[in-house]
Amino acid sequence: MEIKLWLNGKAVRDDVSPDMPLLEFLRKQGMYSVKRGCETSGCGLCSVLVEGKPVLSCTYPLMRADGTHITTLEGLEKEAEEFGAFLADEGADQCGFCNPGFIINVIAMTRELENPDEEDIKEYLAGNLCRCTGFMGQLRAVKKYIEHKRSEGRGE
Amino acid sequence: MYKCTGYVFPESMEEAYKLNQKKSNKIIAGGGWLKLGSRQYATLIDLSRLGLDEIYEDEECFKIGAMVSLRQLETHEGLNLYTQGAIKESLKHIVGVQFRNSATIGGSIYGRFGFSDVLTMLMALDGFAGLYKGGSVPLEDFAKMKYDRDILSAVTIRKQKNIKTVYSSFRNQSTDFPVLACAMSLSEGKIRTALGARPARAEVITAELPTDIDRFANETANSFAYGGNMRASAEYRRHIAYVLIKRNAEILAGGKAYGD
Ligand SMILES: Cc1cc2nc3c(=O)[nH]c(=O)nc-3n(C[C@H](O)[C@H](O)[C@H](O)COP(=O)(O)OP(=O)(O)OC[C@H]3O[C@@H](n4cnc5c(N)ncnc54)[C@H](O)[C@@H]3O)c2cc1C
Ligand code: FES
Ligand code: FES
Repeated sequence: MEIKLWLNGKAVRDDVSPDMPLLEFLRKQGMYSVKRGCETSGCGLCSVLVEGKPVLSCTYPLMRADGTHITTLEGLEKEAEEFGAFLADEGADQCGFCNPGFIINVIAMTRELENPDEEDIKEYLAGNLCRCTGFMGQLRAVKKYIEHKRSEGRGE
Repeated sequence: MYKCTGYVFPESMEEAYKLNQKKSNKIIAGGGWLKLGSRQYATLIDLSRLGLDEIYEDEECFKIGAMVSLRQLETHEGLNLYTQGAIKESLKHIVGVQFRNSATIGGSIYGRFGFSDVLTMLMALDGFAGLYKGGSVPLEDFAKMKYDRDILSAVTIRKQKNIKTVYSSFRNQSTDFPVLACAMSLSEGKIRTALGARPARAEVITAELPTDIDRFANETANSFAYGGNMRASAEYRRHIAYVLIKRNAEILAGGKAYGD
């Protein structure tokens, strides 16, 4: 079946099987930041934005994405780099496989929530698993990043 | 992952209903549950373009469209005000924000899953399933019905004056299925206790507001049946039920009601 959508701002058109997971479609388009970490909608590695909302691309029906705007990490280079530096400073990642999905969801969170506290952060990111670390470095990085954004907003 | 050869967006409920009468076709909502299976379908019937993704609120009721996402419900101000935040508490432990952005109320209620936080919560609020052909059915009856080929269009909650609501669940691990789910509401001196994940489908019991809460919690916990599975034994669940019912009843006995 034919599908047309905007991928990171560019119009894309393809002929697909309607049971193809959105995740596979995105990887076929060269978006290799989108990873699969499970078969049970449980890991968050495949997170992408559909019309600005974070969803699991392994689960979201591909045909429903027809006509929508999809953003992967490839389309968020500036923000990803900015937050990535905070992750690196905290020594947060080990193998790094979970990073793209995690960064997507952190960006979605900072866009959706105003001044999230630690509880809000944990709740929003609970669906992003990392099998290497204990999440503490990530939490420090997220808090510092939010503080940085806030001070930027205050014009400091 | 499911397989399918066709995929359609019906333009009316009648069209969706007709397509759904064919055994080889299947309705797709969020696709979350369908995806865990590996069935082969002819055509998937996508309900996302029928305007079923809104929550209406007026003086008398809330009407939650079948395609409303769990996240929409969780963040709905009116419903959280009405339930003192119980709605949010019942949903925020389900998988993660990304999952809740696409999993729906319709899929959750139609599925009548034993583990369902959603069914347990909406049952305590005395919700009604709105079926395209079958009309309006109380959720406690809908939960007992066999799966048929009707379509759920919405869940309606009639507003009750001065209602108080509370929700709690017990999980072995955050974001996992609940070991037990307990939703309670108090209105006009009557307490509704809905228990889900026993691990059987949620059921509800109504009783007078008790004076002895400990006894009430014990008796209410004893009037449900429990089973064991990989998450917990029946005995363990019964004990957790007693604890959650007691804590919830204490909260209902104090605190503010809707409209206070
Ligand atoms: C990994 C995982 C963990 C979960 N954990 C929890 C949890 O902890 N607590 C909890 O409460 N829930 C949990 N759920 C269930 C989840 O909340 C949803 O209830 C579930 O995904 C079904 O919703 P859906 O929108 O994805 O429906 P789908 O998967 O699209 O559909 C489910 C079924 O309902 C039918 N259907 C859907 N909509 C309608 C309709 N309007 N009319 C008639 N039939 C319809 C479909 O044909 C299908 O048979 C979990 C699900 C998954 C996959
Ligand atoms: S691949 Fe694990 S949640 Fe999508
Ligand atoms: S760093 Fe390896 S999975 Fe997160």
